Amino acid sequence: MLDYESLRVIWWLLLGALLIGFAVMDGFDLGAAILLPFIARTDNERRIVLNTVGPVWEGNQVWLILGAGAIFAAWPTLYAIAFSGFYLAMFLALAALILRPVSFKFRSDVDDPRWRAFWDYAFFASGAVPALIFGVAVGNALRGVPFRLDDALRMTYEGGLPGLLNPFALLCGLVSCAMLIMHGAVYLALKAGEPVAARAGAWGRGAALALLVLFIICGIYAAMGVEGYTITSKLAHDGPSNPLLKTVTRAPGALLSNYKAYPWMLAAPVSVFVGAALTSFLLRGGRRAGLAWITSAVAVAGVIATAGFSAFPFLLPSSIEPNASLTVWDSSSSQKTLLIMLIATIVFLPVVLIYTSFVYRVLRGRVTSAYVEKNSPELY
Amino acid sequence: MSTAMDIVQLSRLQFALTALYHFLFVPLTLGLSILLGIMESVYVMTGKEVWRQVTKFWGVLFAINFAMGVATGITMEFQFGMNWAYYSHYVGDIFGAPLAIEGLMAFFLEATFVGLFFFGWDRMPKLAHLCVTWLVAIGSNLSALWILVANGWMLHPVGAHFNPETMRMEVTDFGAIIFNIVAQEKFVHTVSAGYVTGAVFVAALSAIYLLRGKHVEMARRSMTVAVSFGLASALSVVVLGDASGYTATENQKMKIAAIEAMWKTEPAPASFTVFGLPNQAERRTDYALRVPWVLGLITTHSIDETVPGIEELVRSGEDHIWSGLLAYSALEKLRSNPSDADARRVLDQYTGDLGYALLLKKIRPDIENATDADIKKAAWGTVPNVPLLFWAFRIMVGCGFFFILLFAAAFYLNAIGRLLSARWLLWTMVFALPLPWVAAELGWIVAEMGRQPWVVEGILPTFIAVSSVSASNVIITLVGFIGFYSALLLVDIFLMIKAVRLGPNEIAPVPQAEALPSTGAAE
Repeated sequence: MLDYESLRVIWWLLLGALLIGFAVMDGFDLGAAILLPFIARTDNERRIVLNTVGPVWEGNQVWLILGAGAIFAAWPTLYAIAFSGFYLAMFLALAALILRPVSFKFRSDVDDPRWRAFWDYAFFASGAVPALIFGVAVGNALRGVPFRLDDALRMTYEGGLPGLLNPFALLCGLVSCAMLIMHGAVYLALKAGEPVAARAGAWGRGAALALLVLFIICGIYAAMGVEGYTITSKLAHDGPSNPLLKTVTRAPGALLSNYKAYPWMLAAPVSVFVGAALTSFLLRGGRRAGLAWITSAVAVAGVIATAGFSAFPFLLPSSIEPNASLTVWDSSSSQKTLLIMLIATIVFLPVVLIYTSFVYRVLRGRVTSAYVEKNSPELY
Repeated sequence: MSTAMDIVQLSRLQFALTALYHFLFVPLTLGLSILLGIMESVYVMTGKEVWRQVTKFWGVLFAINFAMGVATGITMEFQFGMNWAYYSHYVGDIFGAPLAIEGLMAFFLEATFVGLFFFGWDRMPKLAHLCVTWLVAIGSNLSALWILVANGWMLHPVGAHFNPETMRMEVTDFGAIIFNIVAQEKFVHTVSAGYVTGAVFVAALSAIYLLRGKHVEMARRSMTVAVSFGLASALSVVVLGDASGYTATENQKMKIAAIEAMWKTEPAPASFTVFGLPNQAERRTDYALRVPWVLGLITTHSIDETVPGIEELVRSGEDHIWSGLLAYSALEKLRSNPSDADARRVLDQYTGDLGYALLLKKIRPDIENATDADIKKAAWGTVPNVPLLFWAFRIMVGCGFFFILLFAAAFYLNAIGRLLSARWLLWTMVFALPLPWVAAELGWIVAEMGRQPWVVEGILPTFIAVSSVSASNVIITLVGFIGFYSALLLVDIFLMIKAVRLGPNEIAPVPQAEALPSTGAAE
């Protein structure tokens, strides 16, 4: 049987993998939703955008549901504190995510320009709001959030929605938006017919460069203006999941200290630079969108890995009671649950990947203007 | 409006409303997905185009409903963390796993293939598309299984223990959690109820077409599938409902006593109260009409076992609270001195009753000093809302028997070829359309209100499980959900009606022979 420490590290990596899965797979749906009003003008063009993601977004969204489920199962304390602490932000993200399936289904069912324009904006919001909020949430998780734990491990949160909107977190929100717009644009460049594909290529190039610039600014900000956290007491890596058994202090520049201790972690930010630059390059002329999708996915994965590596071993530090911060070593599930969940993941995740690629293969080809017109009643 | 409502009531109201709302869509998805599989199987076997049209037409209605189910399902998953943070901490080690496995094993399957179901008709061979349809159906049913494993654990928490070091419940036996008898029986009962919902939905809408003489070819075939499937499902709901009554005597005696409004233990075999007006304040049932023996037979499957009444269960609750207090004070000692072996032993001995001591926290914060009167009061607090359970249960069961009669009559008349002329029966089907939803929602009310005051039976009282968020935040989201959901429901119903008005010929036109599978995306 795997020891507790290894299981915790594995689940920390798996959490990252699932979040990357969400950002890579559902990320392009969200990005395409944000782009809808800008790159598609006529009704036919908008339906091209909707129908490139239409058949696959439902499966993609399960990455989010699985990600939240995995946090609940493997990091229950993190789930409890993050979801109740970011209360209104979570509600806004939820409201947007609820709007998404209904805007898909409802939009093209009624042939009225005002009805369709309304759902187009709803669809835009359903992409933009979660993209921004998830980025802001990660930014706050890096800075620490104001929560306390009593000795029965009941959490109280001393902040509200306005507190989440600090400059660093907003910057992270912008990184998240740029990254998903890039990824959505690359997907549209690959799957949509003209003229949407060409416009998407141009947007993708711009978004990739924006991501590069914002990511660098974010790194400089993290180094200069954001305090990180360090554990100052002994903390057994296989001890009980009780966050109150250690001491923690805030330390300037601590967000970068892992890169000194483990230089291989620099692979994460480097893959953002390389991935975004290559994406922008490959989209020139619009011929190599397939390859660009891969480089874009690498950049997306790099952004999420950078956030995780910078914080390690912290998952969610507390800004007002640093000792109560959640770390990889003291906020996981029991060893047994981690093992059971690992087995379930090893068995089922490959199966999911196999049938997902089968579905994409069946649905290959571009969604063109002619296709939308021909199959009008059956499409979104 | 809200000053009198505290955070617990607001959070419960929000959970109840969003869960009941989500469950408007789930049973129909469960039932329709299987019906689509059956219809398309007939299409593949017979090769008749009309069956393809039948499948595609009901598929459009399925699509509208499915989108709403997905949208409202995310709320459920997020809500545990948002409004029930202490619950999530306290039992997340157990409760999170089935939810995550549901995503991994079931929801991925359902959601990935549902896109191919709608858009893959012309992109793959008939048989492959049929497999896709069945995978969607299997996915949605497996999804129900894992959700009910999680829910069954709240009703009958097996395979877990309390860990004083982490102040939460942790898994000891995952097999026991999966094969939890309450979860298994709830699963069969719930999916059967979903099948009935799907069958009534198809039957009622087909009846409308038949009464108006529209789309008769499609409606006649749909009706045949619906009544056969509906009869089998309606029988299994009631039969398997009996089984869940049986296990309730083992694990949820209080729920059965409350459903029966049985205040005092009766000599075996207990009688079944068909009608009565339960009076919770006076602890008696007025105007009771009782059938001897029936309750004893249904719940214990014997004539000599007694079914305990509410008063007896409350007295045994007092004993549990006393032992719970021993566990609680041992836990306090252990927390100040983790190496106190005596305290550890006492805690181990009474750990199963720890949750009962927590019930006292509603009455006084310093529960170590609880008086006899406090404990009596807390024990009486374990009685759920009797009149509500009594009536909700009876209406649900009444609906269940009505569906059996309805489908049996329709099945018989269909078999002898007289269903289409039996206009009274077709009209009955039309008016029966809301009843499966009434029954399903009342079923949830019985199951979950019957669990009160516990969120996890015997382990964690509901009032302790909430998040420490402000009431105003919960009011904001509650109002938001109500407004948002009401608007969506209106649009949903509007689109359903529109699709039914348009009918199969507009929505899923039968392709002309020469224009058969040729669409496909342009490369």
